[in-house]
Amino acid sequence: LNGELKFHYTVHTSLDVVEEKISGVGKALADQRELYLGLLYPTEDYKVYGYVTNSKVKFVIVVDSSNTSLRDNEIRSMFRKLHNSFTDVMCNPFYNPGDPIQSKAFDSIVSTMMVQAC
Amino acid sequence: MADDALFEFLHMEIVALVYKEQATREDIDKERVTCVSTLEAMGFRVGQGLIERFTKDCPTFKDDLDLMKFLCKDFWSTIFKKQIDNLRTNHQGTYVLQDNTFALLTQFSSGKQYLEEAPKYLAFSCGLIRGALSNLGLESVVTAEVSLMPSCKFQVVIQKL
Repeated sequence: LNGELKFHYTVHTSLDVVEEKISGVGKALADQRELYLGLLYPTEDYKVYGYVTNSKVKFVIVVDSSNTSLRDNEIRSMFRKLHNSFTDVMCNPFYNPGDPIQSKAFDSIVSTMMVQAC
Repeated sequence: MADDALFEFLHMEIVALVYKEQATREDIDKERVTCVSTLEAMGFRVGQGLIERFTKDCPTFKDDLDLMKFLCKDFWSTIFKKQIDNLRTNHQGTYVLQDNTFALLTQFSSGKQYLEEAPKYLAFSCGLIRGALSNLGLESVVTAEVSLMPSCKFQVVIQKL
């Protein structure tokens, strides 16, 4: 239970970094308009990666610092999968935008991804 | 071949159904307002889902104008098989999108006949635009006007907080 709170806290603080990155986009070059934000900030235990969709939905992935085998393009493809599943959730008529996601399909995709990354 | 017609027919039936349901209730005065809101709300939810799917693979938008251009080109052509013919703006949050042959109105007439019925068939599309913009972070008010079919104009006013 303690572990979960720590993750929530890490994700919350990373949101500030995400905001900082996306508010800088307008002044930056057109090339930097990617959805993938890259490594947000490293803590001593974790590495935090961010991704923002055009609909301002933010995805945050937290990985163990000791996991050095995960490369940048693997993280990118994880975010693509997340974005794709999220789009499917959005198009589900039983989902009300803004509600917590209850889709089992979404859950299983996320769990499979997490298992593969470890 | 019949793919384009599928949505047009479905849309006509949706409008007919919403009005028929309303007619069985007592309040005739409010009839028009609630039907239009119902249709608009449907369009809103559909717009939200559609824009999520369409913007999945494109880079972030530079500014509001870039967003509106995307709406006029990619969004409109994927749904209605053509782009918006004319986009005008006052650069202060108001945009007018003009479609000279709006797909949902081509079957009505090519002039003034059935003009008073046209707004019913534009409500859903107004909601579509509003929903798409809302999901992209822009709250707006979208209205439509028709003076000569099948051409129509959608006016979008971005609500600044």
